[in-house]
This record gives sequence, C-alpha cells and structure tokens, in this order.
Amino acid sequence: MTWTALAVLAVGAYGFKALGVVGDSTPSRDRLASLIPAALFAGLIVVLTVETDGQLAFDARLAGAAAAGLAAWRRASFIVVVLAAMVATMALRAVA
Amino acid sequence: MTQHRKDGILLAVATGVVGVTFGVLADSAGLTIAQGAFMSAFVFTGASQFAAVSVISSGGTIAAALGGALVLAARNTLYGPAVRAMLPNRLLPRLGAAQFVIDETTAMATAQPDRHSGRDAFWVTSIALWTLWQVGTLVGMLAGRSIADPSAYGLDAAFPAAFIALIVPHLRRVEGRIAAAVGGLAALIAIPFTPAGVPILIAAVGVVAGSARRPVQ
Repeated sequence: MTWTALAVLAVGAYGFKALGVVGDSTPSRDRLASLIPAALFAGLIVVLTVETDGQLAFDARLAGAAAAGLAAWRRASFIVVVLAAMVATMALRAVA
Repeated sequence: MTQHRKDGILLAVATGVVGVTFGVLADSAGLTIAQGAFMSAFVFTGASQFAAVSVISSGGTIAAALGGALVLAARNTLYGPAVRAMLPNRLLPRLGAAQFVIDETTAMATAQPDRHSGRDAFWVTSIALWTLWQVGTLVGMLAGRSIADPSAYGLDAAFPAAFIALIVPHLRRVEGRIAAAVGGLAALIAIPFTPAGVPILIAAVGVVAGSARRPVQ
C-alpha cells in the first residue's frame, strides 16, 4: 500500500467523522440524534453476529448474542454480558 | 473508579487484542511498520482498516481497498450528531474530538445516563482505546503470523455482546425500541445485497421509524 493511498484513507476517514460533528446542537436535532444509537447499533449487532464475507452466515456467534441478550436483559454488568457471549460461543464451538 | 470508566477500559483492552490481529494482517499485506502505525493512528476506524488491508493482501487494487474502507467509515458521520452534545462546544476542539468518534466510543458515551458521565465515558474510552489500538497494531506487526485466529478465543463474539450491553439504555423508550427493531431488520435484509458497511448505513431508517411515533409526554 502506498503512502498516498494511506493519506487519502486517513483524510477520508477523518472527513466522515468531522462532517458529523460540525452542526450545532438544537433540541429538535438532538431528539432525532438520540435515536441514532438504537438504530445503528442494532444494525451493527446484526452485522457482527450473522455476516461473513458479505453473506449471511448463522453460526456459533448467534449463541453468543443470545447469551449476551439474556445477560443484558437480566441487568448483568458489562463484563458479564461480554464474558457470557464469549463462553457460549466457545462452548458451542467445542461441542459442534 | 467509576463503572463507566472500567467498562470503557475493558472495551479498549478487547479492542487492543483485535489490534494485534490487525497488525498481523497489515504485516502480511506488505505494509511497513511505519505504514501500519500511521493507519492505526490516523485512520483509526477498525472495520475500514481491516477492509483495506484485506483487499490489498488478496491482490485487489488500491482503488477497491480505498472504496471499501471509506464506505465502512461513512457511518461515523452519523455518530457525530449522537455524541454532539457531549463534545466541546467550540469548533476547533470539537474537530479534534471528531477523530475519536467511532462505534465503540459512541456506544460507551451514549449508554450513560447523563451528559456529564457520557462525556467522561467518551474521553476515557477514546484515550484508552486509541492507545491500546496502537500498541496492539505494533505487537501484531512485530509478532507476525505466529498469533492464532481471534475466533479461537470467542473474541468475535465479544464485540456484538459489547454493543448488546450498550444498546440496552436506548431501548427504554418505545421510540428506541422501534428504531432498533427497524434498524436491525433493515441491516439484516441488506447484508446479502449490499457491500460491506452499507447495511449499517441502511439501519438509519430506524431513526425515521422511531421518530415517526409521537413522543409521549
């Protein structure tokens, strides 16, 4: 990879980030913006759980997400939610 | 130490481990250590970095690598408004803070109950995560291919789980639940038909769906 390509990537990636923070904070904008995490993180969770190389792939990650969902629903702490997912995924991979 | 600081540092440690796998991949794609370090410091958005070096190492063109990586970076624009209220009000410091607006920092900041702890969570997570991302990248590039696949440790399950934990506060309101359900479903449908990164952008329709409901007050 050339330094020129790296520079373009760095400028482009920063440009996207900067574009998002230039606007002012107003009550109506903030109300709309307050729904962004719910929508985008739901999408991100789906992608991280069932996507592999651009296609749907249902595998042991689903067990991890289910365990995490259950732990989160039971109001477990952040680390417990993450560990529950890792243990469930590893356990399923060990037996499958 | 407050809970959100502990959680932010934990997320940063997990990201640092992923940084090691990024370093290994960057090394096998032929990047020099200086190039890998530059990428992690200045591009600093994991999914884009992985996409770029994957394309290069599988023999793709620079244009394909840049295109794919920039599509994945586009969602950070949408995170800006979500963390806007927690960032500095003056433009210049805010533009500095923008470098840290990524999936993990936005999730950690917006999961907090109030603006003050959200701001603190944003900065603690940003500084710890950026630092450990650099350390991980260097370790991976120096260690080379001797390190095993992260899925062997269930680390690939840790990240969706982290976001599951951090989305919970957003599901307390009905609007949030609608936004999440519509966003998640839209992304799921989009996965087989769109390039990497686009499903998460499409998930933004959840915002429209959630805001269509009149707020109960």
